[in-house]
Amino acid sequence: MIEIAAVIGTPVVAALLLAVFGERAGAPVINVGASLVTLIAALALTFRVAIDGPYSAFGQLFFVDPFNVVFVALTAFVGLTTALFSRPYMQIEEQHGRLSPARLRLYHSMFQFFMATMLIALLTNNMGILWVAMEAATLTTVLLVSLYRTPASLEAAWKYFILCGVGIAQALFGTILLYFASERLLGAEGGALLWTSLNAVKTDLEPTVLSLAFVFLLIGYGTKVGLVPLHNWLPDAHAEGPTPVSAVLSGLLLNVALYAVIRCKVLVEGAVPTSFARSLMMGFGIVSAIVAALLLLRQRDIKRLFAYSSIEHMGIATFAFGMGGPIASFAGLLHMTVHSLTKSAIFFAAGHAAQKTGTQAIDEIRGLITQSPLVGWGLALGALAILGMPPFGVFASEFLILTTAMSEHPWATPVLLAALGIAFAAIFSKVQPMVFGDTTAKRLPVRPAMLPVFAHLALVLMLGLWIPPFLAAWYRDAARLIG
Amino acid sequence: MSATGIVSQLLQLAVALALAPMLLGWVNQCRAWLQGKRAPPLLQPYFTIRKLFWKDVIVAANASAIFRLTPYIVFGAMCCAAAIVPSLVTDLPFATAADAIALVGLFALARVFISLAAMDVGTAFGSLGARREMFIGFLAEPALLMVLFTASLISGSTSLPAIVESLAHRDIAIYPSLAFAGVAFTMVSLAENARIPIDNPATHLELTMVHEAMILEYSGRHLALIEWASALKLFNYSCIGIALFLPFGIAEVSDDWRAIAWSALVVKLVVGGAALAVIETLSAKLRIFRAPEFLGTAFLLAVLAMLVNQLLGS
Amino acid sequence: MATLPLYAQLINLFAAVLLLLAFAMLAQRRILTLIDLFAAQGFALACSTAIVAYGTRQPHLYASAALTLVLKVIALPLILHRLIRRLDVRWEFEQLINIPATMLIGIVLVVFAFNLAVPISQLASTVTRSTLGIALASVLLSFLMMITRRKAVPQVIAFLSMENGLFFAATSATYGMPMVVELGIALDVLVGVLILGVFFFQIREQFDSLDLRHLERLREGGIDEEGEST
Repeated sequence: MIEIAAVIGTPVVAALLLAVFGERAGAPVINVGASLVTLIAALALTFRVAIDGPYSAFGQLFFVDPFNVVFVALTAFVGLTTALFSRPYMQIEEQHGRLSPARLRLYHSMFQFFMATMLIALLTNNMGILWVAMEAATLTTVLLVSLYRTPASLEAAWKYFILCGVGIAQALFGTILLYFASERLLGAEGGALLWTSLNAVKTDLEPTVLSLAFVFLLIGYGTKVGLVPLHNWLPDAHAEGPTPVSAVLSGLLLNVALYAVIRCKVLVEGAVPTSFARSLMMGFGIVSAIVAALLLLRQRDIKRLFAYSSIEHMGIATFAFGMGGPIASFAGLLHMTVHSLTKSAIFFAAGHAAQKTGTQAIDEIRGLITQSPLVGWGLALGALAILGMPPFGVFASEFLILTTAMSEHPWATPVLLAALGIAFAAIFSKVQPMVFGDTTAKRLPVRPAMLPVFAHLALVLMLGLWIPPFLAAWYRDAARLIG
Repeated sequence: MSATGIVSQLLQLAVALALAPMLLGWVNQCRAWLQGKRAPPLLQPYFTIRKLFWKDVIVAANASAIFRLTPYIVFGAMCCAAAIVPSLVTDLPFATAADAIALVGLFALARVFISLAAMDVGTAFGSLGARREMFIGFLAEPALLMVLFTASLISGSTSLPAIVESLAHRDIAIYPSLAFAGVAFTMVSLAENARIPIDNPATHLELTMVHEAMILEYSGRHLALIEWASALKLFNYSCIGIALFLPFGIAEVSDDWRAIAWSALVVKLVVGGAALAVIETLSAKLRIFRAPEFLGTAFLLAVLAMLVNQLLGS
Repeated sequence: MATLPLYAQLINLFAAVLLLLAFAMLAQRRILTLIDLFAAQGFALACSTAIVAYGTRQPHLYASAALTLVLKVIALPLILHRLIRRLDVRWEFEQLINIPATMLIGIVLVVFAFNLAVPISQLASTVTRSTLGIALASVLLSFLMMITRRKAVPQVIAFLSMENGLFFAATSATYGMPMVVELGIALDVLVGVLILGVFFFQIREQFDSLDLRHLERLREGGIDEEGEST
């Protein structure tokens, strides 16, 4: 109980504090400090679950099981590293004149609020509260995307708000339908929206209503995952917002949205005997992967490039969960984890690269290694990792997904391979001149924070070579839960 | 085809012919009262029609047979319509020959002929009026049809007496579909009868004329018949509205129709005429290009009425 | 068919009024009237929820109706009115397609929504289940309104009206959601509108207008026409 309260309460308290004191020089330190406390609480929570098993708290309002506890820890960890990264990054932005202290106050408090909403979404047992938290997550980041107040960032924030808002309205309708189906079995008390109760009676829920509900829920939460054709907000929001925001959007928000989709999928699979839910997820996943890969070739902005890469990888993960089965779900979970770590690392490096060269255009960033080996190698290794090169973790998860696809859904394998191949070519050809050769980069006034980058990449490397047994056990438990 | 049936049919037709100009006079009086003017006497339309019958007819040299025949055709169509709309009784033998859809067809027939006659002589005003009339009519007809469809769907028949009988016997309750249909019907009848906000019946300015422009060339008994037919059209629309939305008091075959039906009809027409005057006073005339929106709204309401009835069952 | 009890008839009436208001908002040109129509829609919603509460003897729906009243009839229109006054928005605005065509598309959507709702209505056990089709129709109409508007404020009102339709769907299918969820949704909506208010000022500051055509310059290449590439 205490752990959950700490995990959620710390960011909220920090957000309120930062809303008042966010312009002072000590604000980034408070940010980092709060994220550290959140991480400690999250780790305590994971230990508790490891020892006691899944449990609910606060009168069934919150529920922790192997599935979401991994993501809680991941969220807290990425939150901490992003806070660490954002300290020097925002300092440089302030010195470059792109941000004022007032805006930094907004940034810091909204950052912590965003973390809070993510954690609530992960830990809640109530599908309605899940919806509220997802919508709140969008709201907290809208103003962050438009932080620079340029025309492009305003447009990106507007698109983000409207598209995600419309999407989440669909998800609300799906939630209403879900409540409608469950209320007939569980009564009109609040218990009808609790995932644990729903999971217990899922075979008795009305199949037509649940199928319809799942369509709306998939479209709604899928908009926030970035599934094609609902992905239009994603590249703009990633490209125009500040880098720490891009990192948490890619690394955390997409994951939590996919988590929501999977929770719904578990319910629907129990109620609907056909493979309806799985086919939908596979379809959306594979379309996202291939379309994003094709669009990668045309990108000229470094952040948009990696935003489309996020869409591709989330598509692959959705496809994996759509396939179902212990191996595919295991691979999907692993993929979500390593993608989150790798992508945020890449965004950190890309952010500093953009600061050093003063532009986000790929054609104008050159020879990073010559000027700053840390940034250059960070970007190079990150790109290699996300492309699925062994021995990084992405290779392991993609390999598992591909082999499962080959054995169960052979028609998908050529498409997946094509998507991965095209992405490889696109990213590799664009990153290579950015990293090697003559440089256009300049020194930065403050030492860039490359520690988070290498910390993430080291974790991804480790996961590629050796998955710690407790983690593997968790993934396996969660995969069994997902089915 | 009983004897009482034929008698009541002829009586209803006679009542319609007799009362229509009075309805027109009543509406004009209410309008004058609301606008603070002194009204012409209530029976003024009768005096106008009688005066016109005594006058000579002047026909343009290049007018064809259509021009001469149109007043009779239009008047005849309006009389047929009056014969099949149940205003006093529902025992109308003539009504088996024509149902609600044929009713719309009769109105369309009248509109076509009067437009042709307007264009026949070749003056500018005539063509102008004819064009505008067709423009409005083309939008108003579907709306009217939708309203009648709604009523037919509720009562299960398109024959007007059957519709009236089934609607009169429904329980007193709130029927949203009928409410929407009522509003739609009011808007359509404003358009079709050349009332504000679509057309001003008292104007002779080129920019704003629609109905008046079409009948500029007529004189003498032709003009008398056309004026009477316009009054009959207003009477018919009022009776359709009453029959669909306030069908209480219309005598059925078994009832004794002398007292109740008469008084019910008179009361409803008085109230209806006053309401029309109020609407005309409170609205401003729309630009002709806004007329599609007005009628589009009417059409929309009528369709909504039908859909709501299908969904909610009321 | 048997007559429904009075409260069921009233609910049907309010549902029809809701649909009518959705169409009226679709066809409306002036922003102030749009906000008033939105307030009227909220009022119809609150009334219908209160009537359901009375007819089915569920006191928690009274709280829900009160919440709707305070939020959607009083608070949100107030905020929107103040926003418009301070933003100095012009009164009339143009649309993407003309009004009669929009209405026709709207009718098609209504038929589609009614058809979609029939299987669900049959499964429901509430007395208001037949109004689910109307709720779905008003959601789709708000969606249409969102697509066909070019200015920011009407798009936001369309968005809020979509949420109204969803709320009505919840009331008609399941007698409302659990209170905690409804409070959360209300909070979201309120915060959303406040954030949007701030956002509008930013847009207006940058573009000197709230015409959304200014917000369509980002293309696939990622760099807009002014060469702003950071």
